Amino acid sequence: MRARVLIRPKAGILDPQGVAVERALPALGFAGVANVHVGRLVELDVEDPAQLEPMCEKLLANPLVEDYEVELLDGSG
Amino acid sequence: MRFGVLQFPGSCDELDALAAARRVGDAELIWHGERDLGGADAIVVPGGFSYGDYLRAGAIARFSPAMESVIAFANEGGLVLGICNGFQVLCEARLLPGALLGNANLRFTFRQVDLDVVQADTAFTGACAAGGRLSIPAKHSWGRYYAAEETLDGMEAGGQVVLRYAPGQNFNGSLRDIAGVRNEAGNVFGLMPHPEHAVDELVGGSADGLAIFESMRLSVEGARA
Repeated sequence: MRARVLIRPKAGILDPQGVAVERALPALGFAGVANVHVGRLVELDVEDPAQLEPMCEKLLANPLVEDYEVELLDGSG
Repeated sequence: MRFGVLQFPGSCDELDALAAARRVGDAELIWHGERDLGGADAIVVPGGFSYGDYLRAGAIARFSPAMESVIAFANEGGLVLGICNGFQVLCEARLLPGALLGNANLRFTFRQVDLDVVQADTAFTGACAAGGRLSIPAKHSWGRYYAAEETLDGMEAGGQVVLRYAPGQNFNGSLRDIAGVRNEAGNVFGLMPHPEHAVDELVGGSADGLAIFESMRLSVEGARA
């Protein structure tokens, strides 16, 4: 099973990468951009999707500072 | 007094930590694949980029065989010092509260910083003067200390905030200017700046970092006496 894990900084924690991107976009002429957050994407094949949650808790994310979302993809991904 | 200094693939400050520890006692390196801590009285988890710091700084090192032994050692009350990447590893291992995030200025920064000694009655700062100041270098990209507000309140009340950046010196954006914290039990301590790089005035301009290693020696030998 192909899976995708989206990891993002928790709301309320300063995200300097997001801030930098948010400042850079208007400089390039893209107006009306707000609340930019930069996260991480992990894609993987797993035999047992039930393991994804503990994988995220133990290694893929740091639940103290990051939220994660698991998506199961159909077929070969 | 015998220090064990961990060495991961990607460590870069383990030799300075070893040299610093040898100024106050015996010290040996412990390779990351080793489970035997060699009878060490205290462990130093050094700075660097353990396992390339892939995923998050310290995230993979935390699962190394040596770290599994260090976690057991810490849970039995053994003294553990984490410096920079070592601090990140100890947070990832949940031996210390909180996490280290990317510097607020998004830059790798290397500078001499002044640290206020908030708690001088710990196993790691016993040789420091209460209210004193240490001048030691800091060099990192991921040193912004973060913990939830209620966690921070509990830590302050419990005396777990051991070192703070002096006013105007908090270049990484750490919450409440926190530079070094200890666990509740007081036997695990981590800091982002590098005491092991400030043990000789000839090359460091300051030998203030030695006080951390000396404090650990006094603590171990005091417990034995």
